[in-house]
Amino acid sequence: MSGVREITFVEALNEALLQEMERDPTVIVMGEDVGVYGGIFGVTKGLLDRFGPDRVVDTPISETAFIGAGVGAAAAGLRPVVELMFVDFFGVCMDQIYNQAAKMRYMFGGKIKIPLTVRTTIGGGVSAAAQHSQVLYSIFAHVPGLKVIVPSTPYDAKGLLISAIRDDNPKMFFEHKLLYGVKGPVPKEPYTIPFGTADVKVEGSDVTVVAVAYMVHEAVKAANELKMNGISVEVIDPRTIVPFDKDAVFKSVKKTGRLVVVDEDYERCGFASWVAALVADECFAYLDAPIKRVTTPTVPIPFSPVLEKEILPNAEKIIKAVKEVVK
Amino acid sequence: MLTQDKLLDMYYRMVLIRAFEDRVHELFTQGKIPGFVHLYAGEEAVAVGVISHLRRGDYITSTHRGHGHCIAMGVDVKGMMAELYGKKTGTCRGKGGSMHIADFEVGMLGANGIVGAGGPLAVGAALAAKYKGGGGVVVCFAGDGAQNQGAVLESLNAAAIWKLPIVFVVEDNQYAISLRSLSSTKLQPRVSTARSVAERAVAFGIPSVTVDGMDVLAVYEAAKAAVERGRAGEGPSLLDCKTYRYYGHFEGDPMVYRSVEEIDEWRKKDPIKLFEEKLLKSGIATQAILSDLRRKAALEVDEAVKFAEGSPYPEPSEAYTDVFTDPYY
Ligand SMILES: Cc1ncc(C[n+]2csc(CCOP(=O)(O)OP(=O)(O)O)c2C)c(N)n1
Ligand SMILES: [Mg+2]
Repeated sequence: MSGVREITFVEALNEALLQEMERDPTVIVMGEDVGVYGGIFGVTKGLLDRFGPDRVVDTPISETAFIGAGVGAAAAGLRPVVELMFVDFFGVCMDQIYNQAAKMRYMFGGKIKIPLTVRTTIGGGVSAAAQHSQVLYSIFAHVPGLKVIVPSTPYDAKGLLISAIRDDNPKMFFEHKLLYGVKGPVPKEPYTIPFGTADVKVEGSDVTVVAVAYMVHEAVKAANELKMNGISVEVIDPRTIVPFDKDAVFKSVKKTGRLVVVDEDYERCGFASWVAALVADECFAYLDAPIKRVTTPTVPIPFSPVLEKEILPNAEKIIKAVKEVVK
Repeated sequence: MLTQDKLLDMYYRMVLIRAFEDRVHELFTQGKIPGFVHLYAGEEAVAVGVISHLRRGDYITSTHRGHGHCIAMGVDVKGMMAELYGKKTGTCRGKGGSMHIADFEVGMLGANGIVGAGGPLAVGAALAAKYKGGGGVVVCFAGDGAQNQGAVLESLNAAAIWKLPIVFVVEDNQYAISLRSLSSTKLQPRVSTARSVAERAVAFGIPSVTVDGMDVLAVYEAAKAAVERGRAGEGPSLLDCKTYRYYGHFEGDPMVYRSVEEIDEWRKKDPIKLFEEKLLKSGIATQAILSDLRRKAALEVDEAVKFAEGSPYPEPSEAYTDVFTDPYY
């Protein structure tokens, strides 16, 4: 593709919104501080000036009302992109997501579509404590009817957001806080990335490491270090949790015979456990070692940097897990 | 009548809040305090004016902007500062940080990272107070932005129908991050020039009043009636306090949504200066007494910083304690 530049994850998301809003007048943006402020992390910067207050709506702190309004507007023919700053806040408006948006099409016999995109930030590592540091994508993946998108690079962020806006289903779009400043090559023109297509970040033959969002970067760091120790790691980024590219993971595990899943979500009943179960079901005969998960222990995220560091997954912990499975 | 001691105590708490917040601003800028920090400077008259009526056994629920509430309730500033540093000696052993300081000993039920979440908690605490008897009251502090949260509106209704001893204190500091409080409600004012959520309380059957939140004595007077009503078992009240935050929404906020001139205008109505003028004019205090108190507050904050910086971090193993009352996590 032509016109490729190095831009940040934030700029990539911003460009996706801008281009889709230009292309399709039914795309609107709503959320707290998305207008004048341009989004608390800058993702909606400039959109109010460009498209005006009818299409870029600053909402009061009434999440049930505006997330729910996103659902209703989607049912009535718009393509809303609704932002709620932190995934931790969804407790206040969850019904509109997990009983309304997620289930309407099914309950109504497939007669309607809900082309809604809900954007939010996830992740720890910035001492934001128990109510601003969670990941929680597993909760949304657990509910039938929601697509779950977890980009790890500026390129994926733009392509997946454009795909999300054009997709006719309710989607949760998760942006890791530590990724906003990350730079990478992104084509100027609009492009899409099909959901459910994994990206092999590093090719390898000894161990398969599956990771999403910010953890992809820690996994790649770990793979590079392990290479110097003579261990060849294949890093796979599924990019979307729902739908999930099982084939890519199975293919890799059949080659390597070993699996480590890295997941910043809580250990109990989370994404990593599900991937481990899928592989245990389908690839048992190919496994040469027990499957390992590198996750966040099921404790609230503590404030103190010392405590937070103790619990969050990182390259060091991934290296340890990989060494255990190749032993 | 307020005694001289009481008035000077109120003054001290206000200047202690200010000294604490100004220092935290500096420390954050120097990179010594991590995470999200929301400062209360400018709003001191609200916390102090209301909390000055509380006694042991009363409770408050707080917000993400909770340092002022803590200090007015008498939470130890050394422990608070250590908490902000993430140290083991912090009020919450370093687990909570600025947004989650709580001290149940003094009735402070917790700062909160979720806007509006204090409303239902206050209803519960007031239910307990009513059940136990003894005239305990609960103060629910919440911002102008929080007034649009479903949880808060449901709490107003619950408190009204159950006749609970709650004082809902609206800290209308003109903004919810960048959203002007003027544009988050359609209601016209009864008292001030700003539109007012006090009107809403009336619709819930809750008496309400709009107060100059920069004037600690005005807040004190309004809160007196509300607290007495609660203690007498007559039900909830709402105070809509018009005030202003001096610093950004959080530390690091570029503040694109307001002008320097606007901040300067409000700083002219500074609650501490206004109170000083009143204390001097009425002969309650002299310049010397007031500057002594300011010096004492600065020293207390110095001590707190020293304490925080000299304290150890928690052991990493403490990450796994306190999930439940037993060691399982
Ligand atoms: C449920 C929820 N939604 C959004 C936020 C993000 N947020 C934190 S503070 C804030 C503004 C709060 O405004 P207000 O209630 O007026 O309090 P102030 O900050 O002005 O003291 C917002 C939107 C949050 N913490 N919780
Ligand atoms: Mg406010």
